[in-house]
Amino acid sequence: MLAIRPAEPADLPAITALDLKLTGEGKAVYWQTVLERYAGGPPERHFLVAETAKGQLAGFIAGEVRAFEFGQPAAGWVFAIEIDPKQRLKGVGSKLFEALLARFRAQGVTRVRTLVDRKDHLILSFFRAQGMVAGPSLQLDKDLS
Amino acid sequence: MKLQTATRLGLYAALELARDPGRTLSAADLAGRFDVSSHHLAKVLRTLSNAGLVRGGRGASGGYRFTGNRRRTTLMDIVALFEPAPGRRAREPGESTDIGGALRRVLGEIDEIAEATLRSISLETLLNASRPGSAAASS
Repeated sequence: MLAIRPAEPADLPAITALDLKLTGEGKAVYWQTVLERYAGGPPERHFLVAETAKGQLAGFIAGEVRAFEFGQPAAGWVFAIEIDPKQRLKGVGSKLFEALLARFRAQGVTRVRTLVDRKDHLILSFFRAQGMVAGPSLQLDKDLS
Repeated sequence: MKLQTATRLGLYAALELARDPGRTLSAADLAGRFDVSSHHLAKVLRTLSNAGLVRGGRGASGGYRFTGNRRRTTLMDIVALFEPAPGRRAREPGESTDIGGALRRVLGEIDEIAEATLRSISLETLLNASRPGSAAASS
C-alpha cells in the first residue's frame, strides 16, 4: 500500500539520500531550500512524497503553478520527480504525477509542463506514457565559456 | 520529418500487430489495411522478424504475430532497423565548407530532437494515444 502526502521537513534526509542514489551528487542544502520553499509554503507550490506501508520513501515530486512564465498563461510546472529504483514499475511515478495534477486542476490550471534532458530516455518515456507531448516552447542554450 | 516507405510500413506493421499480441495477421491482411503491395510488406516483415519483434509463417498467406515487448520497444527501435543512425549519415558534398559545417550542425540539432522523441515513445504509449477519445489522439 502506497500513501501520497505532502512532504515535511523530516523527509529531508530520505529525499537527499534518494537523490544522491539517483544522481551521484550530494545536494543536501539544495533540497533543504526546496523543502523550505515548498513544504507548507504558498498554496501554488507542491512537494509530495510517496511512502511505502513500512514508512519508507518510494519517491517524490515537486511542482508549482506559475503564470506568465516565458509569455505563457498559467500552467502547472513539474520541477522534479524521483523514484526509488526498487519501487519502479509499480506505478509510484504515475500516482505521484496524478496527485500533483489533481492539485493543479484544483487551482484552475489546464496545462502541465516540464523540462527534460533529451538524452534522459527513462524520464522522457515516463512523461510520454503520462500523455505529455511536445509543448509550444523550444529551450535554447548558449555556451558562455 | 520524412521517413522512407519501408520505415513507415515497419512502424504500421509493428504497431498493428502489437495492438493485440495474441492475434495473427497475414502479410496480405496487413498490406490490405495499409493499401500497399504484400510483396513490399513481406520484406519489411522479414526485417521485423530478424529483429525478433514479430514471428511469422512463410509466404503471403502465412500469419504474423507480435513477439516483442510493447512497453520496452520504442518507435526509434523500429526506425533504426530501416534508416541510417542519426549522426552516422555519409558526409554530403559541401559540408566541409564553413557554411556547410554550420548547416550540418543545425540539421544535427533536428536529428537529435527527432531521435529523442522517437526514443521516448514506446509502442504501448503510441497505441494508448491512438485510442479514440485519448487526449493525444484528439489533440
